[in-house]
Amino acid sequence: MIESMLVFGLVNSAVLMLISLGFSLTFGLSGVANFSHGGIYLLAGYLAFFLFRTLGLPYFIAVIITVIVTALLGATIYKLVVIRVRGIALNEVIATFAIGISILELFRWLGFITYEFSLPYMLRGRLTLIETTLDYQRLLIILVAFLLAVFLWVFTHRTRIGLALLGMAQDEYTALSVGIDSDWAATYSFALGGAFAAIAAVMILPLGIININIGYEVLLIALAVTVLGGLESTKGLILGCIILGYAQIFTSTFFAPHWKEAVYLAAILIVLAVKPSGLLGKFKELEERV
Amino acid sequence: MKKKELLKVTGLSKSFGGVKAVDNVSFTLYEGESIGVIGPNGSGKSTLINLITGFLKPDSGTVIYQGKDITGIAPYKAVNLGIARSFQMVRPFYNMEAYKNLIVPLYSPRVKKQLKGGSYGDRDEIAIQLLEDVGFERESQIPYKITGSLPHGYLKRLELARCLCLEPHLVVLDELFSGMSMSEVASTVPILERIIDEGRNMIMIEHRIRELFRIVNKIICLNFGRKIAEGTPEEVMQMKEVKEAYLGSEGESIA
Amino acid sequence: MKAGYRKERIDRGIKARADDIFAISSYREILYLMGPRLLAVVGLLLFPLFKDITGAYWQTVGFIACIIALLTLSWNFLFSVGLVSLGQAFFFGIGAYFTGYFNHTCGLAPLFSIPLATVCGAVLCTILIFPVLRLRGIYFALITFALPLFLMRIIEATGYLGGTEGISGLQRLPSLTFSVYITVVLVLAVTFIFLRLFDTDYGLVLRAIHDNDMSVLAGGLSVQWYKAQAVFLAALPATFAGALMTHHYRVVGMPAFAVEYSLLPLTAAVVGGTGTFAGGVLGALILVPVSEMLRAFGTLRIVMYGMMLILFVVGLPEGIYRFGQRKYFQFERIVPLEEKEK
Repeated sequence: MIESMLVFGLVNSAVLMLISLGFSLTFGLSGVANFSHGGIYLLAGYLAFFLFRTLGLPYFIAVIITVIVTALLGATIYKLVVIRVRGIALNEVIATFAIGISILELFRWLGFITYEFSLPYMLRGRLTLIETTLDYQRLLIILVAFLLAVFLWVFTHRTRIGLALLGMAQDEYTALSVGIDSDWAATYSFALGGAFAAIAAVMILPLGIININIGYEVLLIALAVTVLGGLESTKGLILGCIILGYAQIFTSTFFAPHWKEAVYLAAILIVLAVKPSGLLGKFKELEERV
Repeated sequence: MKKKELLKVTGLSKSFGGVKAVDNVSFTLYEGESIGVIGPNGSGKSTLINLITGFLKPDSGTVIYQGKDITGIAPYKAVNLGIARSFQMVRPFYNMEAYKNLIVPLYSPRVKKQLKGGSYGDRDEIAIQLLEDVGFERESQIPYKITGSLPHGYLKRLELARCLCLEPHLVVLDELFSGMSMSEVASTVPILERIIDEGRNMIMIEHRIRELFRIVNKIICLNFGRKIAEGTPEEVMQMKEVKEAYLGSEGESIA
Repeated sequence: MKAGYRKERIDRGIKARADDIFAISSYREILYLMGPRLLAVVGLLLFPLFKDITGAYWQTVGFIACIIALLTLSWNFLFSVGLVSLGQAFFFGIGAYFTGYFNHTCGLAPLFSIPLATVCGAVLCTILIFPVLRLRGIYFALITFALPLFLMRIIEATGYLGGTEGISGLQRLPSLTFSVYITVVLVLAVTFIFLRLFDTDYGLVLRAIHDNDMSVLAGGLSVQWYKAQAVFLAALPATFAGALMTHHYRVVGMPAFAVEYSLLPLTAAVVGGTGTFAGGVLGALILVPVSEMLRAFGTLRIVMYGMMLILFVVGLPEGIYRFGQRKYFQFERIVPLEEKEK
């Protein structure tokens, strides 16, 4: 049992990580908490379904189109709406929240509430790992989560665009004064956030059926993980995912599966009460710049 | 007569992501003394003040105030012990009338008790009075104007007034004179002298050395977060390290 | 506008003079100043009397509008302290479940269970939110968004408090007219009390937190403690709304945490103008009847609220209340640019 808990804890952590990467990325690079993350995630799921099942495109191509479209959608959301309320944190939150809810409820109204919507596995088959049977899809999730995290690190620390974005996030005025366009950088971060949400959607959604409430759940997960790990720290994000992922598996094994949900809430409340900046957050809140 | 220690700072350090902003600074402020903190830009003066007043938590070191350990205390608790501070970048409540700015500190537990008429005392009247004390013209409209429309010199004096509201025992001023015109500085110096005459102690960060030396009787010089000199104003200005910090070392100036 | 011309705004003068009492000289001026307010207050108070004309359906709509208005007042109170709530349903649902529990399990009559639920609910909300209040920025929005969803999940998963079924068979309120009256009176009273509260020195401290919390700290006040008080005060009308609504429908279930109770007050507040108590009430009183007329569209209404939110946040951030106020108190005319230079 211990082995299976270890393996599935890892899978669960990877799922949480994939889900929250997009949200955390946008927040880290542009400082905007993108509350439409859940909406974009769900939209990607339905889009992939539409392209694959209804239009009959090859699955691989459908996935690529989905990722591109959601990236464009993210950029559009920034260019059309967020840019006009940029800098007023409260209005940013309200605007992105409204967009997210609108997308989710639009799907509900359009009737996407039956059980027919699901995506196929990318890889079929399974293997047995330390006495636990694991299918390839879940293995792939772990791999992709790992690759994306590596990609993110290389992107923000090695490439010009990434470094520019990172500089922007650290000090907007300084970045502006050395010639980095703030809006351009933020558009990029929104597009990347959208693309990451789409990748997460096509990886994770095959494990179950697509349903509207997943959209809300995704946002909750992203919030819980980022609050737990600290809002501006990538290492914190990974740590937060691992802690939450294993905590969930432990509670559902030792108590009862339905206590799984309570883990998020407990984690958020405990972390905020004990160390409000998150586990690895730097707590910039009370700092006056020298 | 043995002097009584008011504030004793020992080995205070704070670093921001590898940069040591304040590095092992120690000093003692005795009752009835005033200290001026000087140093080039970025030498950690503001950080030192933030550490003392609780706006930042130090990595190591202790702050003892009136025999009580206040290291890393919550800022508002420090205020209620009698340590009031001003900000280098002014932080008034921009959407209120100027005198209303002082209602907030007048509402604090420390002042509430001392207010005439108990907690229901007339705060507006006290606020106007205090503003007059720091040089707001009483008969003019200025105290009643929206804070956002006031010139910067007035905002600086508003910061000072906010400190005075709190009946502080130790006033910590972070570059009060920066952004003030010459005449404003000249009119503010007597106010500060009066504050000291009232028996309050003061820690002042300042770049205007001439005015600073009139007010304080002890100087600390920081450079790269370390204390490089301490003594009376005359002594400190003679020290080689201080000159180097400000003017660059001999070697540099030749090269 | 043509080139060489500009729009000039002139104050009608009455408002400027009427900031002090001596200025009001004629009944016309008094009417000009008091008219809109009087109209709103009298109109609201008379509304329940026209039961026969409006019919029970529109009375119920009026009741719901007032419930949403209470939630909006609560939202605006929080906003005035610098906290944006994305989950008014949290306060609403907690009030609702408390009264359901008191009435069903303890057998208290609505007369006792509603006030008790209001206070207990507000206390519980404050305790749950308290840890976040140390932080600035979006943390409060995050947690208010997350809490109702989590509570819903937990109730669903554990089956406590009736689980997915909810608690039904609660005692009814005396009559619809009674419900409408009590909400109308409360909306007016809460608006008045909140407006007054923000004029006192205590309210000034709360507004100061919105303006600049560091200065409040430097002024010797614990920001967290004052924010907690604000959350408690703001939660009171919201938990009351939840409790009353529960007894009106005689059932409490997971829909008490539904997204609609978060989104409607938010939209009403943004449409009316964030931070204006009267504006929020106005927004709620417009929005709810409109949304009732659009009932045929089903959940598309929520999408419409979302669109409306975006439209107002981007297009008219001051909201209709401030906009209307400005138009009411000012002339606008087009004048040539040269006129000024003479």
